[in-house]
Amino acid sequence: MGKTLAEKILGLKSHSEAEAGDIVIADVDWAFVQDTTGPLTIRQFQNSSFAALASPERTIIFLDHAAPSPAQQLSNDHILLRRFAKEMGCRIYEVGDGICHQLIAEKFANPGDIIVGSDSHTVTGGALGAFATGMGSSDVAVALALGKTWFRVPESFFIEFNGVFPRGVYAKDLILYLIGKISADGATYKALEFGGEALAQMTMSQRITIANMAVEAGAKVGLFPSDKITRDFLTEYGRGGNYKPLYPGNGAKYERVIPVNLSQLEPMLSLPHAVDNVRPVTKVKGVTIQQAFIGTCTNGRLEDLAVAAEILKGEKRHPGTRLIIAPASRQVLIRAVEKGYIHSLIEAGATILPPGCAACMGLHQGVLGDGEICISTANRNFQGRMGNPEAMVYLASPATAAASAIRGEITDPREFM
Amino acid sequence: MIDLVLKGKAIKLGDNISTDDIIPGRFAHLRSNLPELAKHVLEDAAPEFVSKVRSGDFLVAGKNFGLGSSREHAPVVIKMSGVGAILAKSAARIFFRNAINQGLPVLLCDTDKISNGDELEIDLTGGIINNLTSGVKLGCSKIPPIMSAILKEDGLIPYIQKHKDFKL
Ligand code: SF4
Repeated sequence: MGKTLAEKILGLKSHSEAEAGDIVIADVDWAFVQDTTGPLTIRQFQNSSFAALASPERTIIFLDHAAPSPAQQLSNDHILLRRFAKEMGCRIYEVGDGICHQLIAEKFANPGDIIVGSDSHTVTGGALGAFATGMGSSDVAVALALGKTWFRVPESFFIEFNGVFPRGVYAKDLILYLIGKISADGATYKALEFGGEALAQMTMSQRITIANMAVEAGAKVGLFPSDKITRDFLTEYGRGGNYKPLYPGNGAKYERVIPVNLSQLEPMLSLPHAVDNVRPVTKVKGVTIQQAFIGTCTNGRLEDLAVAAEILKGEKRHPGTRLIIAPASRQVLIRAVEKGYIHSLIEAGATILPPGCAACMGLHQGVLGDGEICISTANRNFQGRMGNPEAMVYLASPATAAASAIRGEITDPREFM
Repeated sequence: MIDLVLKGKAIKLGDNISTDDIIPGRFAHLRSNLPELAKHVLEDAAPEFVSKVRSGDFLVAGKNFGLGSSREHAPVVIKMSGVGAILAKSAARIFFRNAINQGLPVLLCDTDKISNGDELEIDLTGGIINNLTSGVKLGCSKIPPIMSAILKEDGLIPYIQKHKDFKL
């Protein structure tokens, strides 16, 4: 009987047969924390009287959510994290280096790895074929100390992508469409496994956008197979030697098979206050917005900034709309500067924020006012997400956000193409 | 060891209560000050909750409780507010694991059979909820043995301190 990707990886890492439904104890390749969940992780680690990390080399701390810190308490949390990194000899990425998930993709995740992070969007690593999943502080604290954790081997849904993206339609529209179809809890405890002939044309940046949002359907992981695109990405980022092909076995058992024809998609939005409240842009356009935010672990990469810059080049943001842009990492920012994207964006009236989470979770750098509406390329639009329960957040692709920033209202990006 | 029989009053909530609802991101600066943070639990979603909750009460929610962010502060502040257990139709996986890791029981059952204010008695060993107000008895779905073992030790950290490792 063929195995799913989830069964394959968990089987290898737990040295067992690992069939869906089994409980296994698996070796962890990378364990990480970020600055809003890291302090509790470290306290749990210390409460357990653990003396050392299982592998300092494979432990990573990211200062990305409050970056730079807007409050003394958060600055003190950063001090705690820096001190821990120094004492334990683990890796640390500083304010301005970028968002944890982007850096995991750029520098660490390999096909077949197990990655646990104290952040729900750890699933992002699934784009590279890593079994990457978010956990809380206690679980990560124990994984840091023991180098392993327990998993229930998930049942898998097979999501089969066919066709090609029409003009103005992107990976973000695809994943919003899919979450609308599955619903916000439709894949709870499950693995989403992506496949189909469209994968051959799907860039790593697009895969990252899709894997990143698997958790918004409740999934434990969002796994892509490891193929030529994975190999090229790893080579580009200097670790081509870590490539290995990884595919589900023939006859693998899936709980559901969901085909998606990319050719039939159109630009999509998630409406307030739920990610699965999905509608086509054409049905919602005209809603006035006060802020457009392009960035986050979902859509803050070079390809995203390229699309935004192309639409905004020579245009101006609407006078009633603030346009804020945060590259996902230092490297994204450097490349976007080199390519001239940042220049076009600044000329169009954008405020460029440092690489990091920026306005995404409402703790700084773009908190909304009462009654304000933001179009955002993030992955969540829960009430209060951008710092104000009286505000509203619409989720969209970078193209839709850029077009909307020009008009000052929700706009179909195809009108600018 | 935690108590295996719990008694308290139901406080009802709706579907899709996210961890952002339980403890909004705008309070991130209070995360290293848990008593302060706990004052804001469910502040937007159920503003009266903090003043109403009594020690031993049960949070009784609809589907997909605890979706979203992995912040373990969510079950931590719920527990600090005195809640004895969470009952829901379904729960998001990270929250579920975090709650058990904090020694806070989460029971999945048909919560439509429970009204706000009902007196409940919960037998954790058998997974039975006895609604003393309506007389209805409800069963709950089973959790894996490793989770029951962690819950019995009042959370993952005490469990690991005792066993030094995961025991299957
Ligand atoms: S960008 Fe947003 S979703 Fe991504 S890690 Fe940061 S806060 Fe979380």
